[in-house]
Amino acid sequence: MSSQLLPARQQMAFTLGFHIILACLGVAFPAIMLIANYIGLRRDDPVALELARRWSKVAAVTVAVGAVTGTVLSFEFGLLWPEFTKRFGEVFGVLFTIEGIFFFLEAIFLTIYIFGWKRLTGWKHFWTGVPVAICGIGGAFSVVAVNSWMNQPQGFTLGADGAVTDVDPLKVIFNNAVPYEVPHMILAAYLVTCFLVASVYAVGMLRGRRDRHHRLGLLIPLTVGCILAPVQFIVGDTAAREIAKDQPIKFAAMECVQTTSTDVTEYLGGRCTDDGVKGGIGIPGLDSWLVGFSTDTQVTGLDTVPAKDRPPANTLLHWSFDFMVGVGSALIGLGLWFGFVWWRRRDIPQTKWFLRAVAVSGVATVLAMEAGWIVTEVGRQPWIVYEVMRTEDAVTGASGIWVTFGLVVVLYAALGAAMILVLRSMARRWRQGESLDEQVPYGPGEGAPSPVERGSE
Amino acid sequence: MSTADAVAGVLWVGVTLYAVFGGADFGAGFWSLFAGRSERGERVRSLIDWAIGPVWESNHVWLIFVLVVLWTAFSGAFAAVFSTLFIPLSLAALGIVLRGSGFAFQRLAPGPRERRVSRALFGLSSLLTPFFMGTVVGAVASGRVPLGNAEGDPVTSWVNAVSLLTGALFVATSAYLAAVFLVSDSRRAGDGDLERYFTTRALGAAVVAGALGLAGLFVFRADARYIYDGLVGEALPLVILSAVCGLGVLALLRRGAHRGARVLAAGALAAMIWAWGVAQFPYLLPETLTVSAGAADPDTLTEVLIVFAAAVLFVIPSLGLLYALTQRSVLEGEVAAPRPKGSVEG
Ligand code: HDD
Ligand code: HEM
Ligand code: HEM
Repeated sequence: MSSQLLPARQQMAFTLGFHIILACLGVAFPAIMLIANYIGLRRDDPVALELARRWSKVAAVTVAVGAVTGTVLSFEFGLLWPEFTKRFGEVFGVLFTIEGIFFFLEAIFLTIYIFGWKRLTGWKHFWTGVPVAICGIGGAFSVVAVNSWMNQPQGFTLGADGAVTDVDPLKVIFNNAVPYEVPHMILAAYLVTCFLVASVYAVGMLRGRRDRHHRLGLLIPLTVGCILAPVQFIVGDTAAREIAKDQPIKFAAMECVQTTSTDVTEYLGGRCTDDGVKGGIGIPGLDSWLVGFSTDTQVTGLDTVPAKDRPPANTLLHWSFDFMVGVGSALIGLGLWFGFVWWRRRDIPQTKWFLRAVAVSGVATVLAMEAGWIVTEVGRQPWIVYEVMRTEDAVTGASGIWVTFGLVVVLYAALGAAMILVLRSMARRWRQGESLDEQVPYGPGEGAPSPVERGSE
Repeated sequence: MSTADAVAGVLWVGVTLYAVFGGADFGAGFWSLFAGRSERGERVRSLIDWAIGPVWESNHVWLIFVLVVLWTAFSGAFAAVFSTLFIPLSLAALGIVLRGSGFAFQRLAPGPRERRVSRALFGLSSLLTPFFMGTVVGAVASGRVPLGNAEGDPVTSWVNAVSLLTGALFVATSAYLAAVFLVSDSRRAGDGDLERYFTTRALGAAVVAGALGLAGLFVFRADARYIYDGLVGEALPLVILSAVCGLGVLALLRRGAHRGARVLAAGALAAMIWAWGVAQFPYLLPETLTVSAGAADPDTLTEVLIVFAAAVLFVIPSLGLLYALTQRSVLEGEVAAPRPKGSVEG
């Protein structure tokens, strides 16, 4: 039976890793788009309005792909992890039902917003977008709280036969890991979106397109991203300290702490082995200090649990964590650079190096976010529900998961490629001055749908 | 009525709404697939694009709703169904991916060839996805899903007469429903030619769906006896109601009536789904697991009902707004209304 465990985990990780990129855009893109819309209306700025309109068209594409890949995830709860869902569906399902409402409202109002550019007027149209941004955050809360619950399960009683009784929905919703995991993920969604969007315009500027359109397209997301990056650092740092307390084995694995002790060395990089870290840069005592602000703090080591209860791929975890923190710090550096120049010159730094840095920040942030999920998910192994249910006991008894995994990889690769092609061709057509629906925002409305020429053909 | 029964009712409301709205979307894809490459085929596809563009994403959330309520309130049944029916459900999931992305890409794809490929994928997956979902329903109805983790036969559970027939019935029903909806949409777009085009197709699909339904009765009698007994027993009034609504649609379409056909068609489908629900009650998995035995902890069930009440309060009015704006053609994207016959392609 557990021969299916490996492909099931691979497929889950792959589909989640794909969905989460679109989910980030789904959570945060509407807010960025509304900022541009707001500026456009407030300052009567057609460039900002045009940005908002184009971004909403991009969101239409990414949300469609996000919705279908999200549906696959819902299927996978049954296809891959029936034992998990059978036993705990009634516990964590509570959160997914709430998520359902947010998805509904998000889908409905996003549609109204996207399709409303022509016939709804200025502020009325703006307000139809506001529920989208709110529901994005609500939806992210609900799903990520499920993950937090897997990390810190509570709000139920296990009977002698392993059956769940006495579900307490409020304890499930507001579990211990929610206060740091949920804000960290929502911030991550904003960072991913902001730096991705900014990087697109940075590339355009590097290619010599320095018009106002590109400058504003860079400025809006970059400003939001640079403000949020330090907040993310603080939240992440808090998360790490909480994990040292609540999920000590995960913490030990991501910091490569083999034996419980005080005055533990913090390693940057290096290879984790049974007898300590090989290579890497060691800073004696720093790990203890980070956990308890004193080098005397005791840090739990992997040796406190038997080998079968330790996470796999220790070095991967350690590197993933370091990479995430590295990118987080670099983003703060980028923000300082930007802020300094702005303070002195009221302008975006014009050097090629700054634009190059922004151009790579998008992909780097996505990778940091994926790395963070590897820390969370692989670091929880071998548990699917921390210290309650093992992943190997959760997996399906059906066979053929290697086949579906293969299909999924091929299909998603095509899907990703097609999405990028479509977005690029939209950008190209916009650059050539086609407006894709041949009407300016808030243009004069017409009566009934007149059989006009189709655009974009 | 117990809380568990109430939640089962909520689940069934979700199933009904998905069948009506999602079904009409699938059916639209079906007609897009068979519209051909002629000038009229192009117009058919533009009409479909224009009609379902603003609503498909919301329609599709009903499926998520059904899945989530199922695994939250009746997780044992969910696990049994998804593990035994791994193959058709995996195929349905892949179909959903192809369908949604095909639809989203078909009008934005860079060139005509890419657009054609997207359309073909959209059409094909619109046909296959409801088919596989139907086989799943047939497997449950005929008692081929035992409790537990993948305890049933991975293949014969859904490759059998009941399943295949139910799959075909799902395809035919969605095509029928979509055609009826598209008659109204053609009228809204002012295209009399397409109005006639879809009227013919609605009549044709109705005959096919009716014939499959009748054949289904015999197959169910032979192999899904519990459901059959229910359909000709307690659920008979609903079955009759469904037939009457269906015949009413035919009459209205033939007369070219402007009102009522859509509502009656949806009513025919809804009555059929509730007939099936009544026939299957009190079982989640016929003769294996009852609603009360398969239900979650009472606090969870109460929470589901509260969330459902919130959904009624917030989601239904929003959906109403969306449909109203669509019907009044306030919402318009890249796709303009299709041009009536006679205008030049270019
Ligand atoms: C934009 C991406 C991003 C950035 C810049 C950071 N993180 Fe992060 N991190 C994530 C994106 C992320 C995430 C979205 O991938 C995770 C996975 C689960 C979660 O809630 O957030 C995560 C998880 C995560 C965890 C594990 C949480 C758990 O297992 O429950 C820790 C300890 C940190 N982060 C710590 C940090 C620190 C100290 C950072 C310093 C800058 C940091 N993160 C920046
Ligand atoms: C918030 C929602 C999430 C939920 C409810 C969730 C749930 C799960 C479940 C049920 C598994 C399989 C069991 C297990 O291996 O523990 C899993 C594994 C995994 N998930 Fe998540 N996940 C979430 C988000 C993510 C995201 C966004 C990623 C992005 C990369 C991710 C990465 C992984 C990985 C890498 C594994 C495999 C771990 C391993 O087997 O070593 N998860 N997740
Ligand atoms: C196991 C984990 C997950 C499951 C089962 C899941 C499920 C889904 C489903 C079913 C949809 C489609 C809804 C629709 O049709 O509109 C969706 C979309 C979405 N998901 Fe996920 N999801 C998961 C993880 C996440 C995470 C971790 C986040 C956010 C942080 C997230 C954020 C979103 C958002 C914002 C959307 C809206 C569509 C979009 O904008 O792309 N999801 N998800």
